[in-house]
Amino acid sequence: MSILGTRVIRTEDPRLLTAGGVYVDDLREPELDGAARVTFVRSTVAHARITGIDTSEALAQPGVVAVLTVADMTDFPPPPPPTPIDPDAPPVEGPMPLGGPWSEPLLAVDKVRFVGEPVAMVLTDNRYQGEDAAELVSVDYEPLPAVVTFDDALAGQTLLFDGTDTNVSQRRDGAFDDSAFDGCDVVVEGDIVNQRVACLPMEGRAIAASWKDGKLTVWASTQNAQLSRLILTAIGLPPDAIRVVAPDVGGGFGAKIGVDREAILVAWAAKHTGRAVRWVESRSENLTAMTQGRAQRHHIKIGGTADGRIQAYRLDIVQDTGAYARMSGFLPSLTVLMAPGVYDIPSVQAGYKVVMTNATPIAAYRGAGRPEAAATIERAVDWFAAAAGLDPAVVRKVNYIKNEQFPFVTKTGAPYDTGDYEGALDKVLAAAGYEELRAEQRRRREAGEVKQIGIGLASYSEITAPDPAAGETAKVEVHDDGTATVYTGSSAHGQGHHTAYAMLVQAELGIPMDKIEVIHGDTDLIPVGVGTYGSRSLQLGGTAVHKAAIEVKEEAAAKAAQLFEASASDVQLDTEAGLWHIAGDPDKSLTWAQVAGAAEGGLIVANVHFTQERPTFPFGTQLSLAEVDTETGKVTLLRHVTADDAGTILNPILFEGQRHGGIAQGAAQALCEEILYDADGNPLTSSLADYGAITAAELPSFELVTSETPTDLNPLGAKGIGEAGTIGATPAVHNAVIDAVAHLGVRHIDMPMTPERVWTAIQEAKKASAK
Amino acid sequence: MIPPSFTYRRASSVDEALDLAAELGEDAKFLAGGHSLLPLMKLRFAAPEYLIDLGRITELSYVRDEGTYVAIGALTRHHDVNTSALLAAEIPLLAHAAGQVGDPQIRHRGTIGGSVAHADAASDLPAVLLALDATFVIRGGSGTRSVPAAEFFKGIFETALEPGELLTEIQVPKPASPNAWSFQKFTKRAIDWAIVGVAVQSDKVALVNMGHTPLRASAVEAALASGASVADAAEHAAEGTGAGSDIHASAAFREHLARVLVRRALEESRSRG
Repeated sequence: MSILGTRVIRTEDPRLLTAGGVYVDDLREPELDGAARVTFVRSTVAHARITGIDTSEALAQPGVVAVLTVADMTDFPPPPPPTPIDPDAPPVEGPMPLGGPWSEPLLAVDKVRFVGEPVAMVLTDNRYQGEDAAELVSVDYEPLPAVVTFDDALAGQTLLFDGTDTNVSQRRDGAFDDSAFDGCDVVVEGDIVNQRVACLPMEGRAIAASWKDGKLTVWASTQNAQLSRLILTAIGLPPDAIRVVAPDVGGGFGAKIGVDREAILVAWAAKHTGRAVRWVESRSENLTAMTQGRAQRHHIKIGGTADGRIQAYRLDIVQDTGAYARMSGFLPSLTVLMAPGVYDIPSVQAGYKVVMTNATPIAAYRGAGRPEAAATIERAVDWFAAAAGLDPAVVRKVNYIKNEQFPFVTKTGAPYDTGDYEGALDKVLAAAGYEELRAEQRRRREAGEVKQIGIGLASYSEITAPDPAAGETAKVEVHDDGTATVYTGSSAHGQGHHTAYAMLVQAELGIPMDKIEVIHGDTDLIPVGVGTYGSRSLQLGGTAVHKAAIEVKEEAAAKAAQLFEASASDVQLDTEAGLWHIAGDPDKSLTWAQVAGAAEGGLIVANVHFTQERPTFPFGTQLSLAEVDTETGKVTLLRHVTADDAGTILNPILFEGQRHGGIAQGAAQALCEEILYDADGNPLTSSLADYGAITAAELPSFELVTSETPTDLNPLGAKGIGEAGTIGATPAVHNAVIDAVAHLGVRHIDMPMTPERVWTAIQEAKKASAK
Repeated sequence: MIPPSFTYRRASSVDEALDLAAELGEDAKFLAGGHSLLPLMKLRFAAPEYLIDLGRITELSYVRDEGTYVAIGALTRHHDVNTSALLAAEIPLLAHAAGQVGDPQIRHRGTIGGSVAHADAASDLPAVLLALDATFVIRGGSGTRSVPAAEFFKGIFETALEPGELLTEIQVPKPASPNAWSFQKFTKRAIDWAIVGVAVQSDKVALVNMGHTPLRASAVEAALASGASVADAAEHAAEGTGAGSDIHASAAFREHLARVLVRRALEESRSRG
C-alpha cells in the first residue's frame, strides 16, 4: 500500500517540540562570533519632515560600535532617478514595490511616513546597550498632518509623496455600467470594511550577516532564500557574492516573502563595518514595522431575481497600502480576480484604488487579496438572500458554478480548474445538522432568549500557485549508503515540507522516510528556487520532487539492469521493500545502496524544475455556529464545520493542520483582531496586551469534513490548502454572528465584531424599529 | 521590549527584603511574580534602578486557617490560591477568581500580594478582596500595621503602602454564607484583563475596571439594604464609578456591562447561597 494519503506523523515535530528549532537568534556559527547587535531608531511620529539627526550622544555610550544614518550610505549604489509614472499606464500587476516618486527608502531620507519607519541603526556589543543608545539618537521632526483613514487618503488634502498630486498610487477603474442591474427584482448596496490585521508569526523578523573575503552570508527568517538573495543585491553585490540561509523559521504568513528594508540594511551594515551583525526584532517592532495585511474598504452592489438568481455584482475596492506600496496593486488585483467567488454571475464589475496612508506598509497575509474577495461576496450573498427572503444555503446552491461547467472562466478572468461546490455545501449541511440548527434558532427567537444563535455559511474558491509559470525546483539524490536527499526550492516554515516530500520519495523509490533528508533554504546548495507562499509548495515543489524521484528511478532501473545483466524493461522496483528485482525472479535482488554504488560517483541524481500550466482553485464551504449574548454583545463560537477541498490529499495530518491554523486566523479577523491607530497615526496595538490575537480558548474543536476533488493540472492532483481555512472562516463567522441578531433588525456589523460593536448594533436596530 | 539596565538583588527573608529596601531607597522595587512589573519595564514604562527579588522568601507562601479568617501569605501564587481546599470550602469566591487570572503560566508565577500591591484597577483579585472585606498586613521599618481593603486602594496604581514597606499577608474573613458568591469577568479573550468584572459575596458588590481603583458598588449595596430587588439594585451599578474609554470599550459600554453583570452576579450568588 502506498504511503500517500495516509496519516504520517510529522517528522519535523520531535525536534521542534523537544530540542527546539534553531532560529536566527539561536545560531552559533563561527562567522557570527562577536556579532554586533542592531537596534533600529524608528520614527515616533506618523508623518514629518526630518530636519536633523544627532548621533553624538549615542556614539558616546558604552558598547556602541556604530550609529548609521542615511548619510553613511555612501557606499550604496545610487537609487535609480525618480521617473514620473504615467497616470494612464497600465498598473503593475505583480507583487512589485511601486517605484518612481512612490519609492521606499532604506533609511528615512528627509521624511518619515509611519510610526516605526527606520531612521537610523545602532550597532552595539549587546542588545541592552543598543536599546539604551537608540533612545539617545536625537531626531528633529517637523510634524505634518497624518493621513490615517481611507477618506483622509482619498481627500488628498495632505500628500505623502512630493512630486505627486494625489495619494492614489494605483488604480484600475472598473468599466462600470449600472444597466447590469436593470430588471433585478432585488438590489442591495453597502459598505464592508476588511480591517487591517497583523501577520504575527511567532518568530518575528530576524537577520544575521557576515562579510568575509568578498562574500556576504545572510541568515534570514524568510519564506524564500533565493528571492531574499535577489533583493539583497540592492546593496551592490552580484547574486553569486551573496549566500542566504534560512534556518528554522517560526512562521511567516506572507510577511516573510523575501526580506524587507531592515534586512537590506543589516546586510549592508555587515559589509560596511566589516563586523558580523545580528538583528532580532522585538514584538513591539513586529507589531509596528512588519508588513500587515488586508486593509480594504469595499462598496458593493448585488442584484438578482426574486427567486434568488444573482444577475449582477459590482465591487469597488479602496486598498490602504500604508506608507509604501510594497506590492503595488497586486493585492486588490487578486481581490478583483476572485470577486465573484463560487458563483456564476452574468455581470461582474470590479475595480480598485490603492491609497497611501501614514501607516505600516501592507503586503501579503495568509490569502493576500483573496480573503477580502471571499469575505465580501459572502456577506453580499447573505444580504441578497435576506432581502429576497430566501435561505442563504438555497441562494448559494442556485448560483454556484455547476460541476459540469468546469473548467470555468469567471467574468473576472479566473480559470477555475475543477470543483464540486454543491457537494461541499451538502456535506457541511449534513454534518452540521443544518435543519436542526435552524429549528433551535427559531425556538430561541420565539422564546426571546438572551443567548441567540446564528448559523453562518461561507462558500469560497481561491487561487493557489498563482504564479504557476515560476514553478519550483527539486533535486533528488540517492547515495551509495541507500539514503536519499531532497533539495527543494520551496522553503518550510511550519508547513511540514520534510514530511510531505519524504513521503513522495518513499512512495516512488521505496526508500524509508527516515533515510530521506530534505534540505531547503540555502542558496549555495539550492541556487534556483521560488519559495513557499500562495499555497504553492505541494503542487509545484511536491510535483517537482515527485518527478525528480521518477527520473531517479528510471536511471536506477538502467543501472540495475546492467548489474543484473538484464534488459531494463525486465527490472522492477519493489517500493514496499525498497529492493530491485528481475521480473519473475524474486530471489535475486539489489538494494538501493548497491544500485547507487554502481553509478558514477556513487550517486544517482535528478534535477527537475516543474512549472504548471495554470493556477489551481481549491474551494469549500464552512459553517460557523455562533452564540451571541444579546445583553452584552459577547460572541461565543460553538461549532465550526468545514469541507475544504484542495484536491488529492497527500497526508491528512498536514492537511488538517493547515485548516486548523487557517480557521483560527480567519475567525480571529472576524472576532477580535485589528490594528488600530489614533487620529495622529500613532499605533494603539503595538503589544500583545492590546492586539487581540486569538487563542485556543476562544475556539471550538473544528469539525473537518473531507472533500477531495483532484485537479488535472499536476500529477499529484493537489491544490493548495495553506490559505483556504482563513479565507472560508472569516465570512462564515461574520455571517454567523450577524445571523444570530438578524431577527432583531441588525443588517451588518463591521469586523472585528467586538462585544461593544455587536451590542451597539443591537441597540441601533432596536431604536430604528421603534421609530 | 528590552528593559533599561537595573541591579538585581535577592532577599531570602522578609527582614532582608526590608533591610534592602531601606538601603536602596525609592529607586528600588520589590519583584514578586513579575507578571505586572516586568512587562512595564520591558515597555520602558517603569525603570527601577534596583529590583529586590522576593521569589525565594518561602515563608510568605501559605494559606492558613485562623478561625474567623483565612490568612494568605503575600507570595502565594494564584495557582495555589485557586487550588486551596481550605479556600474552596470557606471562601470559594477567592479560589475561583484566582483561577480566572491570566492563563496557567501566569497563575503559576503571579502572586496574590503582587497583584494587590500593584493595584491595577483592571486586575481581578483587588476587587474580589474588596468585596470580601479583606485586611492587608504590612511590614515596614517601624513594625507591622494592618489596613482594611476599603482604605488600601488610593488611586491609579497607588496604595496605602509607603516606600520601604512590604505587603506580607492578606487576611480574609470567612463569609457567613460562603456559597453566596459570584464572579463575573467580562473579556474579549480568556487571557485578557476584564473589560468589566463584578465580584459578589452575599450583598457586598465590588467592581473591576470601573474607575482608577477597584470599587465597591455602594449604590447597589445601599439599594439592596433598603429592600430593592436585584434587578432594580443592579440598575445603580455604574453610579459613583469612573469608568474610562479605551480601545477595548467605551465608558458608556462599561457602565452598561456593569449593570448587566451586577444583576447576573447577584442572581447567581443568591441561587447558590
